[in-house]
Amino acid sequence: MSRFKDGGHLLRVVLVFVLGASAFLVLRAALVPRSFGEYGHYRGNAINEIAAQPIAFAGHQTCETCHPDIATVKNAGKHAGVNCEACHGALAKHADSPVDVRPPTLDTAVLCVRCHQANGARPKSFPQVNADEHSAGLPCGTCHQPHSPVIGAGAKQ
Amino acid sequence: MNLTRRHFLILLPAAAVAWEAVLAGTPETSPNYAMTEHWWGMLVDISKCIGCGNCVRACATENDVPDGYFRTWVERYHISDYDLTNPVVDSPDGGKEGFPAMLESGGKNFFVPKMCNHCADSPCTQVCPVGATFITPDGVVLVDKKYCIGCRYCIQACPYGCRYLNPKTQTADKCTLCYHRITQGLTTACCEACPTGARQLADLKNPNDPIHEFVRTHDVQVLKPYMATGAKLFYNDLDGSVR
Repeated sequence: MSRFKDGGHLLRVVLVFVLGASAFLVLRAALVPRSFGEYGHYRGNAINEIAAQPIAFAGHQTCETCHPDIATVKNAGKHAGVNCEACHGALAKHADSPVDVRPPTLDTAVLCVRCHQANGARPKSFPQVNADEHSAGLPCGTCHQPHSPVIGAGAKQ
Repeated sequence: MNLTRRHFLILLPAAAVAWEAVLAGTPETSPNYAMTEHWWGMLVDISKCIGCGNCVRACATENDVPDGYFRTWVERYHISDYDLTNPVVDSPDGGKEGFPAMLESGGKNFFVPKMCNHCADSPCTQVCPVGATFITPDGVVLVDKKYCIGCRYCIQACPYGCRYLNPKTQTADKCTLCYHRITQGLTTACCEACPTGARQLADLKNPNDPIHEFVRTHDVQVLKPYMATGAKLFYNDLDGSVR
């Protein structure tokens, strides 16, 4: 105090800074989530929250545990690489409670042409038909079995 | 009940413990999954895509994507024989309900499925001012919707146009590479629904993943390589005119 005439003022300024800095540190510790910075400049727990989203598509492995007979027929035919839910739709709910949630009935008139209607941009090697001319209005299922579509290739499924 | 100062002081530690739980958030959902053992990407084989729109519908179902917004979509390219650099591109409703017959005849025609490239050095994560979007240690670009302030910087920054502002949450949204599925050992919804195998989920850190053999034996490219984004959406048979 003897060296500076008004040393008390300086002390108060320092005190204000120290108080402000401590308040900042305390608030930051309280408000920033604990997982922030765990892996980078983001909230680490966000990863787990996104991973906790429920699934809608059960996956063909799940389908095949209960329907191995259909899987055998399908995997022996032209549609071997087509997964069940590609046509049947998302059925994780059906897999969870098979009796309560029934899969919807499918309409081959919509499903087959989705992939097989002729389109100039489709790969030339992919089997395509002009549906109107091809079947003369008959549903595809009259001749083709969807699980093994080559005519005469498999038993009716 | 009157809360006295004594009671308040006694309750403080309990509140502190509870707040700790709030900050800690949700627990690990897949305990058997180790992030450091994976580096995810995807392979798209254009020569196999038939433009059926299954991937677009599957993605919307799996991830509750609002109508008119897309985490993945399919474009149809028509390249005339006389103008190779200016393709005609259409994508009605993102290809969700398939594609009508071609209007143009001749030329080169093909489908290009698009989605987030899960870039290793992504522009979208670099521009986020609040740390709401990031790349996980296993290589998936995600959005923390609790942190996102909806400023749209990332939507402008993405060179591939893969982000949108979710009208329900007013936060940035995008493909998560079905993070909730791949951490459980499942493939993504789009790959599950693809009837021709044009899309394949790829784990670049797994030496047994078929992608390594595929890349060795095919001409594989990424979109906009000159932007040095470290894109991990690999295309086979990609025409040079695709943007």
